[in-house]
Amino acid sequence: MTRLRYVYAVCRPFDAALQAQLTGVAGDPPRMLNHRGLVAVVSHVPEGDFAEAPLRQHLEDLDWLTGTARAHQGVIDALTAVTTPLPLRLGTVFRDDSGVRVMMEAREEAFRRTLDRLAGRVEWGVKVYAENEPSEPSEPVEQPADRPASGRDYLRRRRMQTRAHENMWEQAEEFAGRLHATLSDYAEDARLHAPQNSALSGTSGQNVLNAAYLVPRGHSEEFVEVVDRTKDDVPGMRVELTGPWAAYSFVEEVENVGDTGERT
Amino acid sequence: MTVVERREIALVDLLDRLLAGGVVVTGDITLRIADVDLVRIDLNALISSVNAQVPSPWES
Repeated sequence: MTRLRYVYAVCRPFDAALQAQLTGVAGDPPRMLNHRGLVAVVSHVPEGDFAEAPLRQHLEDLDWLTGTARAHQGVIDALTAVTTPLPLRLGTVFRDDSGVRVMMEAREEAFRRTLDRLAGRVEWGVKVYAENEPSEPSEPVEQPADRPASGRDYLRRRRMQTRAHENMWEQAEEFAGRLHATLSDYAEDARLHAPQNSALSGTSGQNVLNAAYLVPRGHSEEFVEVVDRTKDDVPGMRVELTGPWAAYSFVEEVENVGDTGERT
Repeated sequence: MTVVERREIALVDLLDRLLAGGVVVTGDITLRIADVDLVRIDLNALISSVNAQVPSPWES
């Protein structure tokens, strides 16, 4: 069967060996494709699974997506341990090696610029959750004692609930905004992701901040300490830290007018 | 509290990065070169179809 090329990342050549047990996407250990002083990290994957139509179908399958995403991340993680990879988006597939080479040539300059910009940096993810108030039952359980005596009673209760809810949101947003400002000061760059849906993440509380921070490797410990210090500031708020990640959220180039190579 | 105890990364965190981040090599010159045949597909449809089932907490 024809094997396609699944590309994880582009990086500069590196000497260190990747961990021997590393299995990539579709169980194919990652291989290095050197071209013009850059390296594409690729796996050979079956056409039956990775051509456009089957890939599209597979991506609808959460189990398949999970396995593939974890395999992809495993390779990026291993690369991050030895170099600064420029991760490509999940599901980047080419017909053959020469297709990969053509892509590398077409994007060579941008790859080099971005690799220079990201060299020695990692990404940290920080999320803030507002815990649901314990007074708010998740399901409306109607108990006789709880039933409002009158319409007015009901409305008053609703107003109080609404107000408590608004206060919680205000507090959550203020806390998240403050934390984001503090962390942005420590980081070289920051990106805001859309808040995660609690039904998808399976975690408690509502996600009010979902941010990524670009931090030099050498400053990571300091950054983690800052997160650590801030996180118990306000009751009812939960802060979660993930990382270090490859700089997934910072690969986009901010267009330089005139392309002078200057960056502010 | 302990930091970086993240052996099992949550799938949503992974997808935030793998589906929304990373270099997108599509829609550029490589697509116009006939013998390259880039197969990468757009995953926006997937993300929105997943999200449609569980509306954002902001919209309620």
